[in-house]
Amino acid sequence: MRYNRSVTRQAPAPRKQQSGDSLVGPDSHTAPPAIAVLDLVKRFGTVTAVDGISFSVPSGQVFGFLGPNGAGKTTTINVLTGLARPDAGSISIAGMDCSRNPKAAQHLMGIVPDDSNLYPELTGFQNLCFCGALYGMVHADREERARELLNTFGLTDAAGRKFATYSRVMKRRLTIAAGIVHRPSVLFLDEPTTGIDVASARQVRQLIRELNRSGATVFLTTHYIEEAERLCDRIAFVVSGRIVQENTVDQLMRQSEGRHVVEVSARGATTPLAAALSSAFPATEVEAVSGGLFRITAAGPIRVGAVVVFLEEHGLEVTEAREVRPSLEDVFVRVTGLAAQEMKREKERMGAGGGGAG
Amino acid sequence: MKYRIAFWNILLKDMRSYYLKPPNVSWGIVFPLAWTGMFFVRSGSSLDSVLSLLPGVVALSILFGTTSVLAVTVTFEKKGRSFERLLLAPIPLELLMLAKTSGAILFGVVNAFVPILIAGLVTDLSLATWGPLLPAIVLIAMTSTFLGLFIAVSVSEVFEAQTFSNFIRFPMLFLCGLFFPIALLPWFLQPLAYALPLTYGVDILRGVFVGPSLMSQLLDFGVLGAFCAALFALSLHNIRRRWIL
Repeated sequence: MRYNRSVTRQAPAPRKQQSGDSLVGPDSHTAPPAIAVLDLVKRFGTVTAVDGISFSVPSGQVFGFLGPNGAGKTTTINVLTGLARPDAGSISIAGMDCSRNPKAAQHLMGIVPDDSNLYPELTGFQNLCFCGALYGMVHADREERARELLNTFGLTDAAGRKFATYSRVMKRRLTIAAGIVHRPSVLFLDEPTTGIDVASARQVRQLIRELNRSGATVFLTTHYIEEAERLCDRIAFVVSGRIVQENTVDQLMRQSEGRHVVEVSARGATTPLAAALSSAFPATEVEAVSGGLFRITAAGPIRVGAVVVFLEEHGLEVTEAREVRPSLEDVFVRVTGLAAQEMKREKERMGAGGGGAG
Repeated sequence: MKYRIAFWNILLKDMRSYYLKPPNVSWGIVFPLAWTGMFFVRSGSSLDSVLSLLPGVVALSILFGTTSVLAVTVTFEKKGRSFERLLLAPIPLELLMLAKTSGAILFGVVNAFVPILIAGLVTDLSLATWGPLLPAIVLIAMTSTFLGLFIAVSVSEVFEAQTFSNFIRFPMLFLCGLFFPIALLPWFLQPLAYALPLTYGVDILRGVFVGPSLMSQLLDFGVLGAFCAALFALSLHNIRRRWIL
């Protein structure tokens, strides 16, 4: 046998400090929630993109909206920010009813869309100044703020270049900067790290943390589970326009307490064996992850030796077996019934960013 | 104060990004000149006939200048999603669209004065009744701009905006009384001529440069104003219906 028999436990990923498990924060007795949504519905013809969702985000929290593409995440942001009209339900931003008048709270909102949609013919500096002007910032204030943000986002040297000439990552950074130029108290981030490299994604996450620390409430949509786990106070799992579960990260993780996860790496055709493995070990859930990796989950301890023997008998060369800490992904998969594979495929399709370390 | 800052900066950005760009500036000068030349060639007239041609050239310069640029730029920004930034700004939609169209209105007004200045160099304009000229030019520019806006919010692609613009502008060109007096048009086209805003704009300008208008100026201004309000309201309705889904 050439595999590493030692079973190693993976270090848990650093997670955001929980600010409390209760739905509302400590100041919620006096302040209205930053975002309160009740029975929100949005249809496009016969398709129901958002299907009766309700949630509340206390001021100062990071709220993650986690789901695969097509789950209704962007539509929800569009409805909350006034780019789309709700068909039913109510929306309140900082206590202001935005269901009928979406303009009521737009001065409080910062919006970073999933696409970098600044003006290609303007320079980075001009773009930020123009965005500041849209929110009524006076000339000196918006110029100072633009310089500050260009510095923060490492774009000072490119300040005088047209946006059209920026690289993808630079465009993403400037788009985020444009979303916060007017110092919003509620920030909507739609897939902020999609399509950018790992290092830039890490920077963006750091920025989100800093914005949150400075008091901004953040509504974050993502299909990167690790990103949501690291950044968010609360997470809603969204599938087909519905919230299937919403809780603090700690509470969600508690659902996986007592569960065991083993990852087995092997050389050979792993995918066809997943079903056979699952049949041979009926108390387990087996998933063949890309790259010759099996992910085996069970309510009790997993007989790693027996699994390895089974795989080797079926022609695979097992190289490593290790126990890993159940992750939010495991909870997501169990709660939503969606294969983690599906999310991973999206991750690969959308670009290199997101998931990695951060 | 905040609205004023937003309004002014939207206007300024559009002026810099679109209207003060060399192709548009040259369009503003070359196009009226080309129209003037075309009218001369068509009529075989001398310089004395400049005054009779001036109302048509001024009206067409405004119409083509405003609709061409606005219809394309708004469609372009919508397609590139940068228009969403404006929709997400805390500015009432009416004010936002007024800011967005102000550049085109100004461009149209400036365009209108190019043939007037040239005419002033080659002929005597002392008999013109200048009073209604500026309000007429502004109103024609506003109506044409809102027509351009209506076109822009009715289509999705830039090429569609250009096609739709021409579909509306060229029939208007031939039916507004510039080439043929409306009374000489076939009976079934005459009601159509009176349903076009340019007909009333040309009539006011005819009153300014040539002599008495065919219709009362009050009626001309009233109908142009009504077109202006209706096109703006329809455009806002379309934006709310088509762009804020």
